[in-house]
Amino acid sequence: MPELLLEIFSEEIPARMQVKAEADLQKALVEGLAAAGLAGSKVASMSGPRRLTVCIEGLPARSADTEEERKGPKLGAPEQAVAGFLRGAGFSDISEAEVRSDPRKGDFYVAVRKVSGRATADIVADLVPQIIARFHWPKSMRTGTGDLRWVRPIQRILCVFDGKTVVFTVGGIASSNLTEGHRVHGRGPFKVANLADYVGALGGEGHVMLTRADRRTKIETDARAVCKKAGLELVEDAGLLEEVTGLAEWPQVILGDMDAGFLELPAEVIQLSMRTHQKYFAVRDPKTGKLAPHFVVVANIEASDGGKAIAAGNRKVLSARLDDGRFFWDNDKKTGLKAMAERLGKIDFKQELGTIADKVERVAALARELAPKVGADPDLAVRAARLCKADLVSEMVDEFPELQGVMGRYYALEQLNTVIPAGAQRKAGTQEAKPDTGSRISSDELSGMTNWAEGLSEAEITQIANAIADHYKPQGPSDAVPSDPVAIAVALADKLDTLVGFWAIDEKPTGSKDPFALRRAALGVVRIVLENGVRLGLNSFLTRASLAANHHAFIVQSEVETKPVWDALKEATGWEGKVPWTGLVNYVEKMLDGGNPNSPNDQERLEKVASEIKDLLAFFADRLKQYLKDHGQRHDLIDAVFALGTSQSAAKGDRPSAGQAAPAQASAKQTAVSAGNDDLVLITKRVEALGAFLETEDGANLLAGYKRAANILKAEEKKDGAAFAGDVDEARLEAPAEKALFKAITAGAKAAKSALDKEDFAAAMSALASLRVPVDEFFDGEGSVMVNADDPKVRTNRLNLLNQMRVAIGAVADFGKIAG
Amino acid sequence: MTAPKAKEKPVSFQDLILRLHAYWGAQGCAILQPYDLEVGAGTLHPATVLRALGPKDWRAAYVQPCRRPADARYGENPMRLGHYYQYQVILKPNPANLQDLYLNSLYEIGIDPLLHDIRFVEDDWENPTVGAWGLGWEVWCDGMEVSQYTYFQQVGGLDVFPVSGELTYGLERLAMYVFGVDNVFDLPFNDPTSPVPLTYRDVFHENEVQQSAFNFEQSDVEMLQGWFADCEKQSNALREANLPLPAYDFALKASHTFNLIDARGAISPTERQAYIARVRDLARGAAEQWAEQEAERALA
Repeated sequence: MPELLLEIFSEEIPARMQVKAEADLQKALVEGLAAAGLAGSKVASMSGPRRLTVCIEGLPARSADTEEERKGPKLGAPEQAVAGFLRGAGFSDISEAEVRSDPRKGDFYVAVRKVSGRATADIVADLVPQIIARFHWPKSMRTGTGDLRWVRPIQRILCVFDGKTVVFTVGGIASSNLTEGHRVHGRGPFKVANLADYVGALGGEGHVMLTRADRRTKIETDARAVCKKAGLELVEDAGLLEEVTGLAEWPQVILGDMDAGFLELPAEVIQLSMRTHQKYFAVRDPKTGKLAPHFVVVANIEASDGGKAIAAGNRKVLSARLDDGRFFWDNDKKTGLKAMAERLGKIDFKQELGTIADKVERVAALARELAPKVGADPDLAVRAARLCKADLVSEMVDEFPELQGVMGRYYALEQLNTVIPAGAQRKAGTQEAKPDTGSRISSDELSGMTNWAEGLSEAEITQIANAIADHYKPQGPSDAVPSDPVAIAVALADKLDTLVGFWAIDEKPTGSKDPFALRRAALGVVRIVLENGVRLGLNSFLTRASLAANHHAFIVQSEVETKPVWDALKEATGWEGKVPWTGLVNYVEKMLDGGNPNSPNDQERLEKVASEIKDLLAFFADRLKQYLKDHGQRHDLIDAVFALGTSQSAAKGDRPSAGQAAPAQASAKQTAVSAGNDDLVLITKRVEALGAFLETEDGANLLAGYKRAANILKAEEKKDGAAFAGDVDEARLEAPAEKALFKAITAGAKAAKSALDKEDFAAAMSALASLRVPVDEFFDGEGSVMVNADDPKVRTNRLNLLNQMRVAIGAVADFGKIAG
Repeated sequence: MTAPKAKEKPVSFQDLILRLHAYWGAQGCAILQPYDLEVGAGTLHPATVLRALGPKDWRAAYVQPCRRPADARYGENPMRLGHYYQYQVILKPNPANLQDLYLNSLYEIGIDPLLHDIRFVEDDWENPTVGAWGLGWEVWCDGMEVSQYTYFQQVGGLDVFPVSGELTYGLERLAMYVFGVDNVFDLPFNDPTSPVPLTYRDVFHENEVQQSAFNFEQSDVEMLQGWFADCEKQSNALREANLPLPAYDFALKASHTFNLIDARGAISPTERQAYIARVRDLARGAAEQWAEQEAERALA
């Protein structure tokens, strides 16, 4: 059966767009043909820098004839209705209609019209211009005086069906049976009747490798081979491989070399420079595992000199790039981390939240507070925090933003090799000579240290260096979390500060919009905490962090100079590095209240912070739920534990006072990490223990008993319009089963509480398991108890008993949220 | 079709320029002279940025000296200059074979397509100052960016129609490549066999040194700030008077004055944004007014 071949040949398509465009074109063509009743037996597609190609084999020459039916009126319907039907169907007499019968409605008329099929070529001629005109590119353009939008100007459209050109015009371009080959090696044009012609012409004289797979394989194989031949090893890079696969039609791999002197630069700098600027692969020495002074470039021509000129040209460009890199590296080392940190006051973190120096102050104060919780030395955490953003003003990070943190680590480690001369000055004419006008915090406030590494051991300097690199982690779901205590403290402080800050200025993520990656930051906190087992009450840290961020936001908005605030603070508290957190907050508050009549009063401010924290805790709850779900925990169990948040008194084992709604109801509305239930590690442990318990027979039966009690209570509470939260009157307990249950609840609640206090959730669960037999007896045993006794006092007492059972179980988890 | 052939290499920097002039002149471009105001890029010449607007066809090519005060390096960097040349070509509407025309221009200056790897790498150009953007490529020759190739889509925030094709050659870089020179100052400016052979160093080195000292050390920031405000005022007044061409000139003057202030690092990031926004308003305002006038003139 005939074959359809379509090629859209254009000027260079950006590499990153080719794969999707190929798939989209194939899909549009297949679906468009299917809508016209045409299906092929085999579909193939190809793409490259200058062309998108789809071939569909086994298409019929024309679409099938079809019948269109149109339902008419019943037999014996009024004349008017029949006349209308005839008009609509284009019949002159009712005898042209068919009669159908319906068992319920009786006989009715049907107009049957035969629609003859269309030639496939005609269908294609209509379809392809529509597909091209409606095609979606991430960015598209018009050219010349045309209206058609495409990614770059289209040069030719080849469209043949069954060996013949399908004739159409789109955007001023007439379709043809011609294609073009490689610009230099075999331009053509080539006349093509089918896929075999096409592949033969382009793959041969045309010098075009048509499929991505072929080009990818050739590049990969040849790159490995040229390296191996030289006793070297290719540094594999799948992303780069895919990109260069989209950059050449006739890929030729060339091994180039570079001045070995460049290898003193950090490997990340060399690789990034090669990759992002030049799209070269790095090469390593298999003996040392270190980078070798070579690179692999993929050219698009078979050069007449075997590639010597290309290698030489690329070597020169790479040298210029790496010269720049070396220039940045040397300058940065001369400047030193401390001097960089002192310039952070010139850069806004976010205009409403002050400069990066302001942020660093907040992060340092928070890191000091967090340090004991994660087992880090608070002084080290503060020093690391003060340096963690310094490399943002380095020349290298200015050039390669991806290297933030990585460069900071290198510059910190320089401390081990060199003594940085005090007051190292840069040459006039460079950035450093600029007057310091943008800073609200001058250098000496930021750092009282003459040398940041003063008094530190080599191990401590290394810890700080690693913390600088790792505090950005995790950068994505597959990225590792920091594990060194100092890095954990700084990473948590940085992320928490970012979150409270954006909440303070009401820039929360909405829907799919999260421009500041706040979801990632919160998920990062969740992962760091859980994967390191960090025990932390989020609420108190968030509150303190939020106060600081809100203060900064307020200072910025009221255009108060922060410098005098920090000055005074330093004077009041001694060495800057030891600013106590409460001191900071109190002091800033005092300065503001005394100095600015617009300052909102304390109450308003605290309410604002409280409401932001509440919202933020719910945000954390969502991230945690997602995380636990991703790790296979049941959705309902997570809810059951989260629901504890608002029933704090119950969780602590206190009895609810009379008239207070039962915990299951009180917690039904909200799922949030909240005060008392804001320790992510504990929540997770509870979820795990609960899951294990419910797997047991005791657990499953107890859940059934709980549900039964809860249902009875719900029904009776509704009937009476009151909660049964009173004490159980032991004297009124009549039946042995209810006496036994009361005893079991009292003992079980006590045991569960003591286990919970010790955070031994398994023990708490087994304390609950002791309720199972008495609960079963109470409801279903031989001496089962009738809750709705005739004597109202007995009834109330029994309902109170069930409520106590609900409370006791609810202290461990809200069983009402559990499915089953 | 056989592979295209390249010509012999030019003998000097100026020979390279003359070859481009001859080539683009033969393609029907008006060979213009540089604009007589300081600009940071050849695109800003009214022959490109303003002529890209409006309905009239246009073809022009010219060399434009560019001044980027912050890039100056006292003549000490082999590749960076505070003053350099761009070769600028604009064809409106862009002919369908513009890519071929461009490649032929490279062959014309001696770049052999069978020896050198010429690639079109995605790079979408934009110049927020004049509200302009387009799609196109950086053109690489053996990994070195030798040109910027753009199909203008918007200028002054307005959709352009017809679409112009714009080519910008970095002349020094291209010449360094063609002559195999590692230091820009070593370029032969005229024919090395001529009675007075001159290098790029002979012509421009001292200028780089002195202009760098001005840019980074001697410029009077306070005076420049005053100039900026005056240029802004004059530009706005000219627009009020329906004179977009001189209004655009004063937008260019304001822009260069801002670049001088910026080179001194005398501007905080926030102020910097504000300055850029002010220049953008001037340039866009003039461009919009020019486009309206062109449309009216085309109808008249």
